[in-house]
Amino acid sequence: MLEGLIGGLFNGISIGAVLLIVALGLAIVFGLMGVINLAHGELMMFGAYTTFVVQNAAKSMGGIAPDLYIFAALPLAFLVAALLGLLLERTVIRYLYGRPLETLLATWGVSLILIQFIRSVSWPMVIGLVVFAALFFVGRWVLTRYTDWDRISSWANPVFLGLSGAIAALTWFLTQSSGSAQFARPWFGARNVDVTPPSWLRGGITLGNTLQFPSARLFIIALTIICLAAVYWFLNGTAWGLRIRSVTQNRGMSACLGIPTGQVDAITFALGSGLAGIAGFAVTLLGSVGPNLGGNYIVDAFMVVVVGGVGKLVGSIVAAMVIGITTYLLGSGTMALLFPPSDFFQPIIGFFTFFATTSMAKVLVFALIIAFLQVRPAGLFPPKGRSVEL
Amino acid sequence: MTTNVAVQPRRAAKASEKRKLMIEVVAVIAIALFLILILPMLLSGFRLNLVGRFLALAIVALGIDLIWGFTGLLSLGHGIFFALGGYAFAMYLELNTLGEGQLPEFFGLYGVTELPLFWQPFNSLPFTMLAIFTIPAIVAGLLGYLVFRNRIRGVYFSILTQAALVVFFNLFNGQQKLINGTNGLKTSTSVFMGQQVGSDGMRMFFYISTVIALIAMYALCRWLTSGRFGRMLVAIRDDENRVRFSGYDPTAFKVLVFAVSGAIAGIAGALYTVQSGIISPQVMDIAFSIEMVIWVAVGGRATLVGAILGAVLVNMARSLLSERFPDVWLFFQGALFLIVVTALPDGIIGWGRRQFGLAVSSALGLSSTDLPYLDDTPTPEPIVETPEYAEK
Repeated sequence: MLEGLIGGLFNGISIGAVLLIVALGLAIVFGLMGVINLAHGELMMFGAYTTFVVQNAAKSMGGIAPDLYIFAALPLAFLVAALLGLLLERTVIRYLYGRPLETLLATWGVSLILIQFIRSVSWPMVIGLVVFAALFFVGRWVLTRYTDWDRISSWANPVFLGLSGAIAALTWFLTQSSGSAQFARPWFGARNVDVTPPSWLRGGITLGNTLQFPSARLFIIALTIICLAAVYWFLNGTAWGLRIRSVTQNRGMSACLGIPTGQVDAITFALGSGLAGIAGFAVTLLGSVGPNLGGNYIVDAFMVVVVGGVGKLVGSIVAAMVIGITTYLLGSGTMALLFPPSDFFQPIIGFFTFFATTSMAKVLVFALIIAFLQVRPAGLFPPKGRSVEL
Repeated sequence: MTTNVAVQPRRAAKASEKRKLMIEVVAVIAIALFLILILPMLLSGFRLNLVGRFLALAIVALGIDLIWGFTGLLSLGHGIFFALGGYAFAMYLELNTLGEGQLPEFFGLYGVTELPLFWQPFNSLPFTMLAIFTIPAIVAGLLGYLVFRNRIRGVYFSILTQAALVVFFNLFNGQQKLINGTNGLKTSTSVFMGQQVGSDGMRMFFYISTVIALIAMYALCRWLTSGRFGRMLVAIRDDENRVRFSGYDPTAFKVLVFAVSGAIAGIAGALYTVQSGIISPQVMDIAFSIEMVIWVAVGGRATLVGAILGAVLVNMARSLLSERFPDVWLFFQGALFLIVVTALPDGIIGWGRRQFGLAVSSALGLSSTDLPYLDDTPTPEPIVETPEYAEK
């Protein structure tokens, strides 16, 4: 009984840890900018694919590299996702501040593009993209230098976009059809790819007779704790962290006091995206990785943000743990076992048995979340203030 | 434009309103006649069936426009209501096809020997016809009440509807014994009013029903958005706090309009199901529900014609592109989201209005629904010194 409970708790915490590491970046960005980033899951996927690439490189090196690749993959996954996030913020989201619903739709568009990009990225496509970037940006740069750009920009921008897009598409098509099959093959394709964890993460620790703690799960819990500590230190111990907290509390006042809110937004978005990359790295240890990876985690992560409330890390931590443990206890059928099998408890046991699969547990958890929001609509730790807005 | 109307004598304004309405009615009837009488002669059965499906989807777009374009509530979970309507009709068709005391075939696979209780009422056609829109309306109303009551709004509302969508997907997907899980319910071989649903005659019947339903829903939305109720919705969209401080209760209006929107989606779901031949949990895919939103955005928010136009155009583009270049479709769709949000916030209709001015729109009788979508942060009015003030 006790072992079962400890085992259940451990599994719940490990689910919660994955949720937390996914939701962490989301919560920070949402707290600061009020932006729901639907492409968060796809940034995660990019982190996961970075890990896959690093692992393949390590495999080809041989020696002890396949055992140590994760130490290279972790910072790289962070970097790739952070840079992608920075690009996204600078090119799209920056123009949509104050319009949260539009941002949501725009990030969904970005996520579709990223999914299809991973599915069909190949050398011809990369060449096409480079051609496009070269034509469009160099052309614009030339025009801004030698002509009155402000006067012609209204028509020159679309024309340039269309022209360089068409030439790039043509290049893509030509290289695709003329090059060898090996050259034109997609890098990853639409199928899932497998990342093998290093050998020292494959086993587990056994306590007593039945208690098993898989190393990969333990590693993810440790990683989550380290990330939390790092984010806590960054927010509370550095100058930029202070600025981020200040903008979170009151954007207008911070801007008046000389805090560069634009830079703060960019840094925060990059940080949140980088954390998504780390989450992507973490989930490669649990199973295979595919273009649709993000969708599996993102809705649960949103629920963590909704329950936890914005502005405090501890809200996300508690929410992730509670949701993770509840989901596991319900989904594994542990709840039904807690009641003695008598006629009196039969309806309750029947009720819990009905919900005793992972997907059905989510149904009940959602009902509980809605019930919880009736009591605390702004989450566990709402920001204090007199604003009429939530 | 509103000021012009206010300056005119009231009677003239009323007459002009009436004339606009007449033009609109004539236009709608003309389009309906074209769709019902002429289009079937021009298109093959397969293409006509596609058009019928698109028109069914245009009905959902109307419902989404009602809550998003006019009330500012972005629902990412309309697949729920669409599926509920579809399942309600499909369940009736399953039962209708069978003789007395028989069970739908799939129940045998899972060893179910007795019809589950919630299937029983679907033996009756009148109940089913009611259920197609009342069940989605009740679910939407309940969800809306529980969320809006606590003044949860904006993106919170959006992601809660999305989570609800996932929950309903799990519920339908996981219950093989009750509702045939992933496989869904097939309707193409079942019997409705003595004929097979997939037969040519029945297809034509459902096509015409879809056109009529679309016009009825358009009229409903038009009526809801043009009177005091419509102005209330726009007020909630533009400044909910001010509405509350003026002594109105936004919650009741939001719950009502969300329920109406759910009911509309339910009707669309039923019509779509019989034309596509199957309903499965796939229609509660996250992507499909967000796509519904983009139809409205492409056509133009807060214009009902825009919602219909957007739904038909995007779906046509989808069937053209994904037939030939399946890889490109997602890129195209993603770009569509980005373009609509950044460059074309008023959609095709808004762009057309800016380009071609008042003449066309008033000739078409559109200008009376002219309630352009505002940003969440309205730009402050520039302070202009009035001449009298300057003289002093």
